[in-house]
Amino acid sequence: MQHVTERERMCPPAALDVSGVSHSYGQKQALTEVSFSITPGLFTVLLGLNGAGKTTLFSLISHLYNTRHGSIRIFGHDISRRSGEALRRLGIVFQARTLDLDLSVYQNLSYHASLHGIGRRAARVRIANLLAQVDMTNRLNDKARSLSGGQMRRIEIARALLHRPPLLLLDEATVGLDIQSRAEILAIIRGLVATDGTSVLWATHLIDEVEDEDQVVVLDRGKVVANGRVDDVVRSAGAISIHQAFAALAGLVPVQADKGSAI
Amino acid sequence: MKRHTAQTAIPAGLAEELRGFRLDQYLVCLRGILVREGLRFLNQRERFISSLVRPLLWLFVFAAGFRQVLGVSIIPPYKTYVLYEVYITPGLCGMILLFSGMQSSLSMVYDREMGNMRTLLVSPFPRWFLLVSKLLAGVAISILQVYVFLAIAWFWGVRPSLAGYVLVLPALFLAGMMLCALGLLLSSMIKQLENFAGIMNFVIFPMYFASSALYPLWRIQESSPLLHKICLANPFTYVVELIRFALYAQVDWKSLVVVVACTALFLGGAILAYDPSRGLLGRRQDGGGNS
Repeated sequence: MQHVTERERMCPPAALDVSGVSHSYGQKQALTEVSFSITPGLFTVLLGLNGAGKTTLFSLISHLYNTRHGSIRIFGHDISRRSGEALRRLGIVFQARTLDLDLSVYQNLSYHASLHGIGRRAARVRIANLLAQVDMTNRLNDKARSLSGGQMRRIEIARALLHRPPLLLLDEATVGLDIQSRAEILAIIRGLVATDGTSVLWATHLIDEVEDEDQVVVLDRGKVVANGRVDDVVRSAGAISIHQAFAALAGLVPVQADKGSAI
Repeated sequence: MKRHTAQTAIPAGLAEELRGFRLDQYLVCLRGILVREGLRFLNQRERFISSLVRPLLWLFVFAAGFRQVLGVSIIPPYKTYVLYEVYITPGLCGMILLFSGMQSSLSMVYDREMGNMRTLLVSPFPRWFLLVSKLLAGVAISILQVYVFLAIAWFWGVRPSLAGYVLVLPALFLAGMMLCALGLLLSSMIKQLENFAGIMNFVIFPMYFASSALYPLWRIQESSPLLHKICLANPFTYVVELIRFALYAQVDWKSLVVVVACTALFLGGAILAYDPSRGLLGRRQDGGGNS
């Protein structure tokens, strides 16, 4: 991992610390006092229905939007005040496809490498390694336009990892993919957490992507309604499974049991 | 990392970001953006052809027809009577830069709609640097187009001196910077690709026709004092005059000052507009991260 300061080694900060963040679009409140943090090296799922505020939160974390209320820190670096240092530690896979369709896979990745100041020679080595990791080596010179949805996602994941970020954000990365592609993408990301210690924030509304050992942050109508390990969230929601807990927390079905807050 | 104090000449935030990368990394980033824009340009051959066809039609058809109707008296930088083709060539160079600048604006809106812009904006390099790099890429492509046009015009009898060909380069660079910066600023105001047609009607055509590109200012003043005033207020007039004088190895200082000042104004506006904390994009964010 790059850019680890002495202070960070002594007292490692949270991979991501979101504190009291609120955001509105005119009169419409999108996020209200959102707070949570991600421990380095963990796979954290940001669960929320469509419109819960996940993409808004991602836009704030990635500094596409300015954080007007609250603060966001990536490995201790405030995204508003030290955006450069924070963004160096961040890899992002956006919900919308962001590859340049007219360029080849290599050209897309090489462009991204240059946007992080990585020279041609180093970029070439990293691109070869990452394409092997996502099993796309044979598509190096193909135009992005010729790739399937799942293949584009793999390339976008490789791109997000090019500058070796210790924190990876993925916004609905499996939306629109078939079951096999979804499983493969998830396996790649979970493999990164296990082998490289990468911290991951995985935003989704697909509950079956959550595993028992994951950390979960449940977002509902712009508010964090649960935050913790899966079994803690299930227990505090008075549910018997994460499916039931999510449904209850998102107000989809009533839960009879005593439901304390998991926050 | 030490924090900069208020007395420091460079703002603290900027200094911190500058410290984050070495100079060679800035150059790597600039090269990457230049290469990417170049590749996009090469992938759109029709864009290159149409950018040349437009001024060449004006030169071959319009100018040939008007040659007999419009006489151009001896005005600086010309020392003799010149053919109308010679007179409108600087304006046509400006036209290429103008369309190219607006094309880069279109490209920014397209990138934003397609999501490519996000990959640029989440780069850890300072946003002003990313936008200036994008601008330089657009200018480099514009200049290339102008030189191809000038090469073709040479066969049509428009033959500046060798010094003119060399000295027009900085003029083209400055003019290109101004027009691309204007395009960049406009791109921050356009929400959807469909709205780009408005740019054609309300920016490109008025700027081009209400300038000294087609007629000398004294002729415009004779026919309409109001239009003459509009032409004087139009920055594109100064783009044309800067190029016209440079083609004759001269500097029109007034035009130079106006072009540099407008570049600073438009570029400053564009950087502010793309700044998430202050910009138009920041104010206009919509749900789903589609800005």
